[in-house]
Amino acid sequence: MIDSTWADIVIIGGGPAGLAAAVAAKKNGAGRILILERDRELGGILNQCIHNGFGLHTFKEELTGPEYAERFIRQVLELDIEYKLNTMVMEISRDKAVTAMNREEGLFEIRARAVILAMGCRERPRGALNIPGFRPAGIFSAGTAQRLVNMEGYLPGREVVILGSGDIGLIMARRMTLEGAKVKVVAELMPYSGGLKRNIVQCLDDYGIPLKLSHTVIDIKGKERLEGITLAEVDGRGKPIPGTEEFYSCDTLLLSVGLIPENELSGGMGVELNPVTSGPRVNESLETSIEGVFACGNVLHVHDLVDFVSEEAAAAGRNAAAYVREAREEEDREAKKRIRLTAGTGVRYTVPETVSVSRMDEHLTVRFRVGGVYKNCYVSVCFDSEKISRRRKTVVAPGEMEEIVLTKEQLEKYPDLEEINVRIEEA
Amino acid sequence: MEEKNLICINCPMGCMLTVAMEGSEIISVAGNTCRRGDSYARKELTNPTRIVTTTVKVSGGRESMVSVKTKEDIPKGKVLECVRELKDVVAAAPVRIGDVILEDAAKTGVNIVATKNVEAK
Amino acid sequence: MYEYEVIIIGGGVSGCAAARELSRYEIRACVLEREEDVCCGTSKANSGIVHAGYDAPVGSLKAQMNLRGNEMMELLSEELDIPFVRNGSFVICKSEDELPGLQELYDRGRANGVQGLQILGRDEVLKKEPNAAEDVYAALYAPTGGIVCPFELNIALAENAYANGIEFRFNTEVQEIRRLHEGYELVTDQGSFFARFVVNAAGVYADRFHNMVSGRKIQITARRGDYCLLDKSAGSHVKSTIFTLPGKLGKGVLVAPTAHGNLLLGPTAVDIEDKEGTNTTREGLEQVLGKVRMNAKNLPLRQVITSFAGLRAHEAGDDFIIEELEDAPGFIDCAGIESPGLTSCPAVGERIAGILQERMGLSKKESFNPVRKGIVKPHTLSKEERARLIKENPAYGNIICRCEMITEGEIVDAIRRPLGARSLDGVKRRTRAGMGRCQAGFCSPRVMEILAREWNTDMREITKSGRTSKILAGTNKDTWRDKA
Repeated sequence: MIDSTWADIVIIGGGPAGLAAAVAAKKNGAGRILILERDRELGGILNQCIHNGFGLHTFKEELTGPEYAERFIRQVLELDIEYKLNTMVMEISRDKAVTAMNREEGLFEIRARAVILAMGCRERPRGALNIPGFRPAGIFSAGTAQRLVNMEGYLPGREVVILGSGDIGLIMARRMTLEGAKVKVVAELMPYSGGLKRNIVQCLDDYGIPLKLSHTVIDIKGKERLEGITLAEVDGRGKPIPGTEEFYSCDTLLLSVGLIPENELSGGMGVELNPVTSGPRVNESLETSIEGVFACGNVLHVHDLVDFVSEEAAAAGRNAAAYVREAREEEDREAKKRIRLTAGTGVRYTVPETVSVSRMDEHLTVRFRVGGVYKNCYVSVCFDSEKISRRRKTVVAPGEMEEIVLTKEQLEKYPDLEEINVRIEEA
Repeated sequence: MEEKNLICINCPMGCMLTVAMEGSEIISVAGNTCRRGDSYARKELTNPTRIVTTTVKVSGGRESMVSVKTKEDIPKGKVLECVRELKDVVAAAPVRIGDVILEDAAKTGVNIVATKNVEAK
Repeated sequence: MYEYEVIIIGGGVSGCAAARELSRYEIRACVLEREEDVCCGTSKANSGIVHAGYDAPVGSLKAQMNLRGNEMMELLSEELDIPFVRNGSFVICKSEDELPGLQELYDRGRANGVQGLQILGRDEVLKKEPNAAEDVYAALYAPTGGIVCPFELNIALAENAYANGIEFRFNTEVQEIRRLHEGYELVTDQGSFFARFVVNAAGVYADRFHNMVSGRKIQITARRGDYCLLDKSAGSHVKSTIFTLPGKLGKGVLVAPTAHGNLLLGPTAVDIEDKEGTNTTREGLEQVLGKVRMNAKNLPLRQVITSFAGLRAHEAGDDFIIEELEDAPGFIDCAGIESPGLTSCPAVGERIAGILQERMGLSKKESFNPVRKGIVKPHTLSKEERARLIKENPAYGNIICRCEMITEGEIVDAIRRPLGARSLDGVKRRTRAGMGRCQAGFCSPRVMEILAREWNTDMREITKSGRTSKILAGTNKDTWRDKA
């Protein structure tokens, strides 16, 4: 038989989001909280992000990934929050029965009053780009290489080409260099890098690694182990330009070509997903389309900075605790009046997508991403047809998450408001 | 007088900075949109420094590697030397965050410290 | 020096099917495979389709083998414990002008002996397959069409043959064949092998071996096909296999669910010089993704998780060659086995065993056991059964591949069983670990760890698919040590 037990809040995932959510939920009065983590230790992806640059917002100091994780793990331990490692969640039912599995306990079920989804994301594989060529050993997603190098001490290769200039790709260019590999080039399909300027300077320029924008891999050579790749320049529609092909001999190709929130469990339980973010649709409480099921961190939408993950997760934890305490008024639960938050020109999505004024905190941070690089533009917010604010930005780019803050006080002045639209206006 | 170009790293704007120098002395910084650009250029051209993060082997631990960093930033020119010095260093488990793994890395006066806890086996 | 009564060159589906059929008899036989595992050539990269049998010309060996193979697949899949589904197939056409083409297929199918064929109008097609192309005019429906997992079929045939006494030698490449007074000497990179009878099941290389012993030359051309595989979330987009009728725009591609619930698109068909040319091309992949719109609508093409190319062994005479050579007694060709080769393999094996039985007067082996148990698939068990399994062996409680939900228990079984996996690809083809949507991003370090532990070797020795396909180049900073 399958054992069934219960918890106030079950948190799926013990990475940065799950940890911060757990701590906040506990501090806000939740009773039994259980974190289910599939890896061998808490901390999630932070354990392999051994570079520094984490925590400037949260702790006002620069930490490495494992150090940042440790600050939260310590709080989890101090607060006596329960967790299970090496435990895979197999299924969550709509009424919040969580089926999980591990070596020691086998299959077991936990009935939760609230669930916080914090499973993180996975990397897009080569197939998602349809890169042609052979399929030899030596092609890794950047994150897999990061785990091998930073946690297990193995060097995947000695001559490296990296496709994709997102932050993981850039960081791995430096890591592989410091561990003794030669990184020959970083290629980026887009005409701009998806990574932080600081990483381009400190991970590439410092080591003389060229960054080729508007370039992609068009062929892979080597039947057993990778022998080389061909790069070509691409036109405005991403098509390779004949005559620009250039061969690079290398034994390793790292792919840093995007992250996808891992929502198979969410989808399985019936949570509504947003096709743009691939994450759940949430309201101001970070609650999904299923009552009492919350989402935060990279499972909700892919973040650039862990500090914002922690902040968002803490909100999810607080809201889940409130839900469990039944602190929400009965009529609030109905949330009969919801304002839609919509992405206007230049904006790809917003999180959250709806707001209930009665349920929101005094301040609500709305995060969003833009669809292209805009210089000297304005981030405008419209309440129905009325433009409420217009903030000048020297530059916005898809690689950097943006935010606006809504206040309860402001929204209460618009009792009939139906839609808040966020858009980019070019100067 | 000499001109040097660099990209400001403080924000995604990535201003192209042009710095006029007389020997090692900075005469002017141009191209920056804000004051952070000016101070970045001055530091980067007179005394560029970096925090170095890498790994060392662990003996007798539950994990085979531990991540480490320079406790403070070190001169940029010393980065590779610092990493090379760590090639044969083995830390004995248990290792706690902040434990000194190597003193005075590459004669910078800066210690290498652990950034992760590794329990003994 | 090794001596056998029969040596089979090649551990693909044909060679392994022949081996399994031969294992019904008292015989000393061996399969020589140049790769480190079975199922490494054409057999690993194809559509996984069990064809109904209306394509091949009436009276051809292809038609005969196709029908017989299709018929045998049901029992075989039960005996070997592998997934096989009769999901039916459609060949759709787009206008009244094309109806004669459909009719021709129908008539040919009837003449070949295919049961249950029907020509359906648009409404009936869309009722059965709501996602078939909107502009479908009519379709040939073949209820006996099916899908099978080519890896599992190939591996299971090999395992069952091995369990019944056939030997297998891997990493053994035949370089030369010398005709002896009686039998043949096969010179390999692992020394010489002698056999009275040789079965040439070498796929795209079958011509090379044939031409070493026969004056009547054959030529096998590698015909490459590019495929795209979609995530399981797209797997139920269609239930049946959907082909298009070859028309003005040339031969189309197919859209089909796989036996494991992904969606497969492809293949292209390009004749190439290089018999190792399993590289996909930009043009090929673009062609696949462009052509599939002819078959089905609303295809979620953003769900592609991987693409691959396979080589069909196309023989100039356009039919299977399964016979003893007149000018080389004891040398049996199994050549030109392109589509419907996977479907046909049980019949091909039966035919080869038949030829040898007749020539050698083999006697049945009393102890032959046709049953092979596959690797336990925990996700097919009830929760109670699964809980019991984990209690008996906790490794079944440890998920390694999170996309396909494959446990350590399954991976260990794949490694420890006869002819077990030695590489990441070996584990992947036996268990599906690494075949899911992240394409081994998360699980490959863990699978490597298990492989290293089970084979008692170092992580750095683990390969993707044998030989020089090592995954790792060394350890951190060893370059600095080398330079010091």
